[in-house]
Amino acid sequence: MDRESELFQCGHRACGGCGPALAAKLILKGTGPNTIVVASTGCMEVFSTPYPETAWGVPWIHSLFENAAAVASGIESSLKKQGRDEHVVCICGDGATFDIGVLCISGAFERGHDITYICYDNEAYMNTGIQRSGATPYDANTTTSPAGKCSTGNKRPKKDMPAILAAHGASYVATASMAYPNDLIRKVQRAVNTPGPNYIQVHAPCCTGWGFDGSQTMKIGRLAVETGLWVNFEMIDGEVEHVRKVANRKPVEEYLEVQKRFRHLFRPKKNEEEIAKIQAIADHNAGAFAVDRN
Amino acid sequence: MMEILEGSHAVAEAVKRCRPEVIAAYPITPQTHIVEALASMVADCELDADYICVESEFSALSACLGASAAGSRVYSATTSQGLALMFEVCFNVAGMRQPVVMTIANRAMGAPLNIWNDQQDSISLRDAGWMQFYAEDNQEANDLHYIAYKVAEDHDVLLPAMVCFDGFILTHTYEPVDIPTLEEVDAFLPPYKPVNILDAKNPMSLGMYATPDYYMEFRYEVEEAMKRARKVFADVGAEFGETFGRDYSGLVEGYRLEDAEIALVAMGSICGTVKDAIDEMREEGKKVGLLKIRSFRPFPSEEIKAALAGVSKVAVLDKNISLGQKGAVALEVKDALYGTGTEVLDYIVALGGRDIRKRDIRAVADLAEKGIGDQFYGLRTEVL
Repeated sequence: MDRESELFQCGHRACGGCGPALAAKLILKGTGPNTIVVASTGCMEVFSTPYPETAWGVPWIHSLFENAAAVASGIESSLKKQGRDEHVVCICGDGATFDIGVLCISGAFERGHDITYICYDNEAYMNTGIQRSGATPYDANTTTSPAGKCSTGNKRPKKDMPAILAAHGASYVATASMAYPNDLIRKVQRAVNTPGPNYIQVHAPCCTGWGFDGSQTMKIGRLAVETGLWVNFEMIDGEVEHVRKVANRKPVEEYLEVQKRFRHLFRPKKNEEEIAKIQAIADHNAGAFAVDRN
Repeated sequence: MMEILEGSHAVAEAVKRCRPEVIAAYPITPQTHIVEALASMVADCELDADYICVESEFSALSACLGASAAGSRVYSATTSQGLALMFEVCFNVAGMRQPVVMTIANRAMGAPLNIWNDQQDSISLRDAGWMQFYAEDNQEANDLHYIAYKVAEDHDVLLPAMVCFDGFILTHTYEPVDIPTLEEVDAFLPPYKPVNILDAKNPMSLGMYATPDYYMEFRYEVEEAMKRARKVFADVGAEFGETFGRDYSGLVEGYRLEDAEIALVAMGSICGTVKDAIDEMREEGKKVGLLKIRSFRPFPSEEIKAALAGVSKVAVLDKNISLGQKGAVALEVKDALYGTGTEVLDYIVALGGRDIRKRDIRAVADLAEKGIGDQFYGLRTEVL
């Protein structure tokens, strides 16, 4: 595809190797041009729309941090009255989705608006300088869940947003990763063509916040899936389907040791106990979603 | 057609005739009768609007913002705590230049919790970039909605507007109201013609972030639009008068001010009581008049200065207080009269629904005559 035909254009101000920037490019390949994007405040808004520049080749609106789903509700309602057929797609970070925006999201899903809500999940507040969110994984070091003499980092596991939104009656809920581009594009296509509110949560590694070289973004994204710490699946009417199987699941150490946010688990000495707890999370995921390919 | 209507229903009838495509609202006392009436109109196919039952006032105004950005005329209504929950969105709607019209059924702010009337809620949003119009009675509450949409959507303005009317005192009171026909309103208020909208055929980005290199200019442009709104309001108000026989060309309105020595200044339903009290005082030979402020934003400083020229004392009845200072209306009237030498005295009255009667208005005028002011009027000292 040539540069001009990209709906999410290059020249924006994201870090080299930014997972969310790649996710945005892929998401728009899935939605196509007949789409209105609703953004939350966050990294993506800031790096893609510094006035008077924009990277968006589709209509795009940002209002506030926490109200994308409500703004999208209004847009969808207006389009319906006008007889217009654009897809209404929220693209929001995990802070906006898991934490501050939950009220608006819950309302929009309960009301059944025909919108697709996509969370680019980089697992912390990156725009403000790496603070924990409800999406931050267990033991990750962030500036508000710092590892210290009596702390191993973030004390809580990730909130299960896909289950929460499936419980709202969303007919299509999926997880995806920017490291599996075709799978992500296909899921976005499916979501925007499924009536009602739908949700996709996209794993989008942040090289700056997680602490890895920008050339390794795809590798990190794949390791999350290959270790079982991130599971790519679809939920149709609340039932899990199409789980990405993993042959010879890798130990979580391989994912953890290449990221600064987990460095405290390895230095000054390896914290076997905590790494075992994270392995247990991966093993639980593998069991719950039948990840392992025998 | 003249009908005996509850204030809320008079407003709902006005909103129906303005033909909003999208209504998003959350129930809150004393606004509820408006949104219930609109829901019934939609359910009975009397009003062809999409009615979004949102989960909070925050989402109500957010949904209005989205629908407006997509090109629809929109409507919401709220009060007090609900308006406070919208605080963040209010600034956003104005900054994004969406001509949303919202009714405020004025109510006190907690704590302590109080559902009754004062004007602290909308006054506290005076800096948000919304126009604010205050109605004296249910006829004016009805009429100001047609005017508000026409002013807000004028391409020289493109700012949101609050139509404020006093909770319970007007919302729940039956009065005769002359309701124009749908055809008459259609002729006065044409369909909304947006400037920039979300449209896949013509993609553009709305609500981008602005660095220090650009931010100030956005704020300046809102301020310039506010300034232009003064003239637009006067023109639209005059046009309304020519069409419907009720003139709203004034951002302020005087009552027996011509030879007045003392002028009372007020906004909203209290003006009716003030007029009756003035009639009594005039009969007794006291030269007292009223200046009613209809538009608090934009603030009509020049009109106030002109209307109060020749008055020696001004007594402002504030149904709000900027705690740590004075009532907001008095402060602004004082600014308008700066340099004229006219004394401006402030009276904080009727907070949280405390009744205020003719005798209280007369007592305030007496205090003003003696130069005693800048105080709460009508405090129950025995409970302090």
